[in-house]
Parts: sequence; structure tokens; C-alpha cells
Amino acid sequence: MMCQNEMRLEFDSRSCNESFARVAVAAFMTQLNPTLEEVADVKTAVSEAVTNSIIHAYGEPFKRTQLRSLQEERCVEKIEITCRICGNVLEVEVRDTGCGIADVKRAMEPMFTTRAECDRAGMGFAFMEAFMDTLEVDSKLGKGTTVRMSKRIARENTAHLETASAERRRADGWNTPLR
Amino acid sequence: MDSVFTITGTVMRIHLPAEIDHHVSEQLCGQIDRLVQRKHIRCILFDFADTTFMDSAGAGMLIGRYKTMRFMGGTVMAVNVGQRMERLLALAGINKIMDIYETVPSGL
Repeated sequence: MMCQNEMRLEFDSRSCNESFARVAVAAFMTQLNPTLEEVADVKTAVSEAVTNSIIHAYGEPFKRTQLRSLQEERCVEKIEITCRICGNVLEVEVRDTGCGIADVKRAMEPMFTTRAECDRAGMGFAFMEAFMDTLEVDSKLGKGTTVRMSKRIARENTAHLETASAERRRADGWNTPLR
Repeated sequence: MDSVFTITGTVMRIHLPAEIDHHVSEQLCGQIDRLVQRKHIRCILFDFADTTFMDSAGAGMLIGRYKTMRFMGGTVMAVNVGQRMERLLALAGINKIMDIYETVPSGL
């Protein structure tokens, strides 16, 4: 389907930007008239993807070099989010240029994590899958990872409300609909 | 990021912030672990009353605290868990490892 609206966002891979990213996507999706539940679902999924980029994509080099003083520091690079609205489907793409994932299939298994020592649950991709309709992970070692997700925002609820209010207007003696 | 710790004896109640993501949980973990060690905590109560958002980083934090407490023979509980949080906890399998209450059980 043709894309009707698009936005692109680029920000530093700092953990304080996680809340910014999910709120920005949530704000963009309001034009689809989502339910609070749908907004919360998308926010969780975006948060997972962005956190993955920060911790895994850009966090890895320091772990490998085993430099204790640097272990806490993560290198700061850019994360790019692209959102598209096509019909009543919201598409979100989170792209980083980090270390990439060696085995995507394995990484997507629930409870699998390469960072057990950092209190990671290994549920990132599982959450994304649970809260979005589709999930696609594209990764090249040393090049980066792109996570593509989409979710259909059910507009039926409001359509139903609109007809109800139109009927009420008619019953109240309105001859023409307001729109 | 204004979670408040209430300590009664060896029970610590943690009023979790509105949003628990990786950024917040990283800071929380350090604070919790320090308090658990210093105050000889044996029971942690995670209070979700104000929490409206959590992701897998929050789940990781809970699982991590559960592990340390179990290692020391303590317990971990989640209270004031709303519908959405309950769904998240179930997805992460946390409902299987700790007691989850919709309100605060009497006697605590």
C-alpha cells in the first residue's frame, strides 16, 4: 500500500534517549487514532529495539576488549528511526550501524541473551513480536542491524462511534452529517 | 526517576517509577543491590502502583533481583500490579517465579 505519511528521527545512542524515542513514535501514531493499549504496545516495542541498539549494537566493542575502565562506557553513535503510515498500518524501522548480530535466529529466541551479567532478560525480540503484528530483522556483522516492525491500528472502534453519533444526530433532527 | 524505598525491618518496599526502561532500571539495580546488602533485606516488594510502562529491561531487573534474593534465601513479590503490567510479567515468565498481587496483601 502507498505510504501516506513518513517521519525520520536520528539521535545519539544514549540510554536517556530511549524514552524520547518511544514517545516520539507514539506521538506520530496518534493520527491513526489508536487505543491506549495500542500506543502502549508500540512504545514497548520501540523501546526494546532502541535498547538493543544501545546495549548490543554499540555496547559490544568495549566488552570484547575487556578494558575494565571502559566497560561502563558505551560508544555513542547514531540510531535512526523511520516511521511510516500506510492505510491503517504503522511501520517502524529502527536502524543502527553497530556490530550486527551473528545468529539472528538464535538472538530472537526468548530468554537468549549475550549479556546475562547485565541483568538482561533476553526478552527483547519476544516482546517486539508479542506487541507488533510483524517483525523483521536484517543484520550484517560489522555493518549494523535494521529492525522492521508493523502494526495494524484498528480503527473500527472509532468508525463504529462515528456512525453511532451520526445516527444520533439524525435522530435529533440533523438532516446533513457534519462532514 | 523518583522511586522511594521504604524499609521495615528486613522488608523493603520499592515504589517503582512511572516508566521502567533500560535507563531507569540500570540506576535502580545499583540502588537496590546496595540497600539489600547494607540493610540485610530479606524480602523485596516491588510496588507497581504508579507504573504505566515497562519493557524487557524492567523484566531483567526483576529477574536479577529475584536471583540475588533467592541466593540469600529471601523472597521477592510484586504488588499493585495492573492489567498491562500483569500481561508483561506473564510474557516474561515472571509470574512463575514470584508472587504477583493486584493489591497489597494484608500483613505487609
